[in-house]
Amino acid sequence: MTVIAFTSQIFLLSILAGMLGALTGLGGGVVIIPVLTLLFGVDIRYAMGASLVSVIATSSGAAVAYVREGLSNIRIGMFLEIATTLGAIFGAFLTARVSTHGIAIVFGVVLLYSAFTSFARKSDPVPGAAPDRLASKLELAGTYAGPNGLTPYCAERVPLGFGVMFGAGTLSGLLGIGSGAVKVLAMDQAMRLPFKVSTTTSNFMIGVTAAASAGIYLEHGYIDPGIAMPVMLGVLAGSLIGTHLLVRAHVATLKVIFAMVIAALGFEMIYNGISKRI
Amino acid sequence: MAKPTDQELDISVAGMLRFGVTLSALVVLAGGLLFLWHPWSAIPDYSHFRAGDSSLRTISGIVRGAVRLSPRSIIQLGMILLIATPVARVAFCVVGFARQRSRLYVLISLTVLIILLFSLVNSVL
Repeated sequence: MTVIAFTSQIFLLSILAGMLGALTGLGGGVVIIPVLTLLFGVDIRYAMGASLVSVIATSSGAAVAYVREGLSNIRIGMFLEIATTLGAIFGAFLTARVSTHGIAIVFGVVLLYSAFTSFARKSDPVPGAAPDRLASKLELAGTYAGPNGLTPYCAERVPLGFGVMFGAGTLSGLLGIGSGAVKVLAMDQAMRLPFKVSTTTSNFMIGVTAAASAGIYLEHGYIDPGIAMPVMLGVLAGSLIGTHLLVRAHVATLKVIFAMVIAALGFEMIYNGISKRI
Repeated sequence: MAKPTDQELDISVAGMLRFGVTLSALVVLAGGLLFLWHPWSAIPDYSHFRAGDSSLRTISGIVRGAVRLSPRSIIQLGMILLIATPVARVAFCVVGFARQRSRLYVLISLTVLIILLFSLVNSVL
């Protein structure tokens, strides 16, 4: 294939991946990695490198929109970033030591989980009776504009949330994705934070987490300029378009279709990993 | 100067992130256009991983290449700027929390900054 054909095809697919990632809230990385490996036969390590940089770009680019909503909690985010960055370095360390078959299988499982979470209902968790001592010591609390006016919230089960966040960081570093779904899990299920606070804070954390393993990816040669350039520019452009569409579009149907595509890609990745084609 | 609230800190940090992303995207785009100068040449074999040129994998090598206007080095320079953006965001927060006189959060954000710098120094530097 010529350089121009390869670059423009990847650029257009990355725009689509970025748009879908923004519309569904799953991020562009989970789509672009299977597209590059399954469709273009690109080695999964190049795909992971290109995905990781586009994750940093979209997370940072979307921050302005999220901050305007005033929902993200900068303190909770910063505290949990200790766990995600350490996890990300550990994950990037593992990547060079695990076979690509293993990576493909883990990736497939994460895709299936992401598809599953986009179906799960999103109600705010019921807070526990006693306020958490560790959480108040670490100032992991805030208020958000809920349906019944300004509602206070406080984190619970901090060590559990911290542990799950380390896992989210490890997945991010191992696979080159934002692992937003696991970060949200740590905050809204483990720490019982309001769902909106969890998703916006998670988006804010994704860039910092990815930056912790990006240097290691670059040094290993996973970030190849010929692939990373069209992917990063495409996913960034696509996610900006997607965020604008989000205000108008009716996304419920799209979300179901997309979740099914993600699930299919998940099975495909697991199959290819087990049969050692990736 | 008045102590900034968390919300104000959030807004200034988000503005900085947008600047970093815009700058790095422009650098990557410039490198990309130069990269496509010979559009009909064949792409390398991406189906088998090779670590590739070491000058594209360290900051010093990338900067040297970018000065010579090598397209691939300019793209990598954009990637370095992009990776530096969240790191700068954390450094920004350290300052913001210091202005809030929040010792606990100066310590926490400083820890995150040290982890990030440790990772970068041990890889690309």
